[in-house]
Amino acid sequence: MSDDNPITIQVLGICSALAVTVKLEPTLVMSIAVVFVIVFANLIISLMRNLIPGRIRIIVQLAVVATLVTLVSEFLKAYSYDMYKVLGAYVGLIITNCIVMGRLEAFAMANKPYDSILDGLGSGFGYAWIILTVAFFRELLGSGSIFDFKIFEAIGWTTFPTNGLMVDSIGAFVVLGILIWIQRSKSGYVEH
Amino acid sequence: MEVFNIALRGIFIDNMIFAYYLGMCSFLAVSKKVETAFGLGLAVVFVLTLTVPVNWLLQEYVLKEGALTWIDGSFESIDLTFLQFIMFIAVIASMVQLVEMIIEKLSPALYGSLGIFLPLIAVNCAILGSSLFMVQKDYNIIEAASYGFGSGFGFFLAIIALAAIREKLKYSMVPSGLKGLGITMLITGLMGLAFKAFIGIAL
Repeated sequence: MSDDNPITIQVLGICSALAVTVKLEPTLVMSIAVVFVIVFANLIISLMRNLIPGRIRIIVQLAVVATLVTLVSEFLKAYSYDMYKVLGAYVGLIITNCIVMGRLEAFAMANKPYDSILDGLGSGFGYAWIILTVAFFRELLGSGSIFDFKIFEAIGWTTFPTNGLMVDSIGAFVVLGILIWIQRSKSGYVEH
Repeated sequence: MEVFNIALRGIFIDNMIFAYYLGMCSFLAVSKKVETAFGLGLAVVFVLTLTVPVNWLLQEYVLKEGALTWIDGSFESIDLTFLQFIMFIAVIASMVQLVEMIIEKLSPALYGSLGIFLPLIAVNCAILGSSLFMVQKDYNIIEAASYGFGSGFGFFLAIIALAAIREKLKYSMVPSGLKGLGITMLITGLMGLAFKAFIGIAL
């Protein structure tokens, strides 16, 4: 989860990490969706790993992931339509999230189902905590709230200056950049 | 005019990288050298310009609610939208394969320089993302093609610019924890800030 974190060390799955992190709530839904997809995709591919011909494995993997993502998307549409509208195209983009493909290719194709589930859980949660942290800072500094609860107004600081850049895409890049810096300084990982 | 405006918006304002964060994985991984970045950028422009209109046809004549009426009037109530993800990704994967074969036949030199990047494009979120956005925005087919080209070209510009900066960056002192990904993220943020200046331009 931290030494081999998909986002800060392996540089995978950045797209969705940034897109949904304006507020904490959609980020939480997104994390759950990704954990679900990654665990089940890992399990299914791992079960089929001896049946898949090497040359068409990418297509098979994509088909499995696309089916799972369709499930998630239909589920959201049925039970939480507002959230479905907020996340919009980004749910669909879990398909091309490199974390999922990366784990399938690197781990599930070569390991037993049980190990693959654990690997999926680990990568999924590693992904989740990073995007939740990014979302926390972006919502706090950009909208002055946490889970839509106006925290600064609640403690009586009504003049808190919200930072428009944090709501914008740029905030995400900067917050993530700093987060990576902190995480790598602590773990001592250096890129050459 | 509207067609040009869509392309222009795709390139500068709704830039795939800076506004939607799509295609970040390859954007970060392949931007270490200008030469390779150029190859990937070109391949993305190529594939996007083709897949977006093809997916448009698919959406319009197969997937949309009531889209199958051109076969028979009784298909009016059929809604295949839930197949959208699988169909789009299948189209993208096969288009990439097709483009790869065509380039190999027509221009072995270009094929050699694109190399590994072509197959990788199938899992680039920018490609699937543009198709999904195209559906959301309700374009017609010409607008869809120009949107595909525009967003591809925006990606092309962004990745080349970043690669050029990173080549220069090799000679500067960067704190060790910030090396590589960290400093790249910060630079991307600054570039995004610069691209914000284009908001509001139109022909």
